Amino acid sequence: MSILSKEFWLQFSSPKTFYPVAGRMIPWFAGGAILLTLVGLYIGLLAAPTDFQQGDAYRIIYIHVPAAWMSMFIYIVMSVYAGMGLVLNARLSNMMATALAPTGAMFAFLALWTGALWGRPTWGAYWVWDARLTSQLILLFLYLGYIALQAAIDDPRRAYRASAVLALVGVINVPIIYFSVQWWNTLHQGSSINISQAPKMASIMLTTMLIMSLAAWLYAIAIALFRVRVIILERERHSDWVRDLVGARP
Amino acid sequence: MWAAARIVLWRDVLLAVRRQSEVVTSLFFFILVVTLFPLGVGPDIEMLRIIAPGVVWVAALLASMLALNRMFSGDYVDGSLEQMVLAAQPLPVLVFSKILAHWLVSGLPLVVMAPVLGLQLGMDSDSLRVLVISLLIGTPVLSLIGAVGAALTLGLRGGGVLISLLVLPLYIPVLIFGAGAVEATQAGLGGDSHLYLLGAICVFSLLLGPWASSAALRIAME
Amino acid sequence: MLQIENICCERGDRRLFQGLSFAVGAGESMHVVGHNGSGKTTLLRALAGLLAPTEGTIRWREEDIRDLGEEYHQELAYLGHLNGNKGDLSVYENLRVAACLAGRMVTPEEVTAALRRIGLHDCEDLPARILSQGQQRRVALARLFLTKAALWVLDEPFVALDTAAVATLQHEIDEHLRRGGIIVLTAHHEVQLNTGAPRLLELGRH
Repeated sequence: MSILSKEFWLQFSSPKTFYPVAGRMIPWFAGGAILLTLVGLYIGLLAAPTDFQQGDAYRIIYIHVPAAWMSMFIYIVMSVYAGMGLVLNARLSNMMATALAPTGAMFAFLALWTGALWGRPTWGAYWVWDARLTSQLILLFLYLGYIALQAAIDDPRRAYRASAVLALVGVINVPIIYFSVQWWNTLHQGSSINISQAPKMASIMLTTMLIMSLAAWLYAIAIALFRVRVIILERERHSDWVRDLVGARP
Repeated sequence: MWAAARIVLWRDVLLAVRRQSEVVTSLFFFILVVTLFPLGVGPDIEMLRIIAPGVVWVAALLASMLALNRMFSGDYVDGSLEQMVLAAQPLPVLVFSKILAHWLVSGLPLVVMAPVLGLQLGMDSDSLRVLVISLLIGTPVLSLIGAVGAALTLGLRGGGVLISLLVLPLYIPVLIFGAGAVEATQAGLGGDSHLYLLGAICVFSLLLGPWASSAALRIAME
Repeated sequence: MLQIENICCERGDRRLFQGLSFAVGAGESMHVVGHNGSGKTTLLRALAGLLAPTEGTIRWREEDIRDLGEEYHQELAYLGHLNGNKGDLSVYENLRVAACLAGRMVTPEEVTAALRRIGLHDCEDLPARILSQGQQRRVALARLFLTKAALWVLDEPFVALDTAAVATLQHEIDEHLRRGGIIVLTAHHEVQLNTGAPRLLELGRH
């Protein structure tokens, strides 16, 4: 089947055909994620040089930065899926949006946690009201709101559609929130050392960070596909193909 | 279309006038929350002056959030919302009227009450002026964003708590620019730039709020 | 003409009906019957455009009602389980708002006339909350006479009505059909019309 043909793409739009496709893709993404994580951690923790200002504590950025990037990126992807689900009435899009939310929230939490651990040796406190950390916290709230709304609605169709509206409103607001928090932070110049102006980064650090980000990407895709397969089974449990599938493998 | 918009506005304000207790409750809540702060942090007027903009704004945020629940729920329960969704007029126009009515009833009283509370916290007249202006621009945004949250949580169990989780993070820019305008004035920097940004947010949410709320209402009616 | 083509509706995970097709033309009525939970209300809400069917289309005058939007609502009067009256507003205020939402400004005289037709006298200025269930239902029914809607979608319109009111409503339904109107309704008893019994649509047999 050619990548350019319509049929190739259509198989991604129906839960029934997507289910086995996703199943075949998961090992590749998961394997890639594990491999890249090991390589990234090896370089990051052992091969990369110690920072002359922050010592070894800086090494947590190899987790922190990819997690922060992913949490933002996943929110955008999630909103795109949710919007497509709302406008095109595409069930699979809705399911993908739902499947991505916990991963996004996890990365947002990871970014906060590692940020706090990094803040202790760097700023002398676990939490400072730095603009980035604060926005990250708000992003986590947005994720939790999305998940909570979906959990509160019994009717799956309404749950998808309502949470899609929330995701869209959220994604429009995210830049405004980031900008306002940045503004708020500059107005109240406090204790913060700006993370973005870290002394020029050695190229090995940058490479490692990119490897780790790629690993986070692959992980996110693998886990989202895994979750979407569960959602498909749950939502389509009354359909014949799921019955056949479950019946065939008791 | 405008006749329908007017009549919905008239209807909602009339209903609020006939059920004053609800209006008074959120205003009283606003006053009470502000009053709690001096009791919590001590009566030092210098400190109160510093935290005053934030205190008044956070209290306004909470009070207006408290009022959100009744924006659509009464109409949802007795079926008149159904009739509104099926009206021969564009739903966003009707929803806009409802949001406006809600603001007149629950937002405007906060704006009027705020200077008195600011005075209690030791704010000077310049800051009080900016406080009123910032609330005047900012509270409509709270109603507009809140309407989306109210529509999304319509008829859900535990809707009251859920709505705060959905809406409060979205309120943050309003809080930052609103309270920031007053703080900047107090610091002698001038709060104009904050107010302009707040105005921009207000225009933006005026354009999007009624649409998003109507979409959410249609989903909730299904 | 109202055309239903191959629609399928779901509630939660349950498929209520599928492959349902029928058409109701001018001057015709359709009586939807079926046991509890067979999807009568869901069907009527779908016809009103309150919920979108999972599959299939509903057409009004050959056009999809989802594309028509408010144009369709102008020609539709929907009466659901809930009456949609505000208890704190007077009967007159309620009907004035309802008519205005349907696109008409009405005079107090018109409101009084509409209430008389359904057998309610001297209650225009009473707050709706003090009315009995049957009276509340009648106020909701009076909306039908204040709009110029051609299509009436009535979900259990006879509920809470006394015998006299049931007869009046059946008479009004007759009148509406004679004028070329279209009616889709649900009811638990037989609807007796001079124009002949309505067509029956039974849900929940398959």
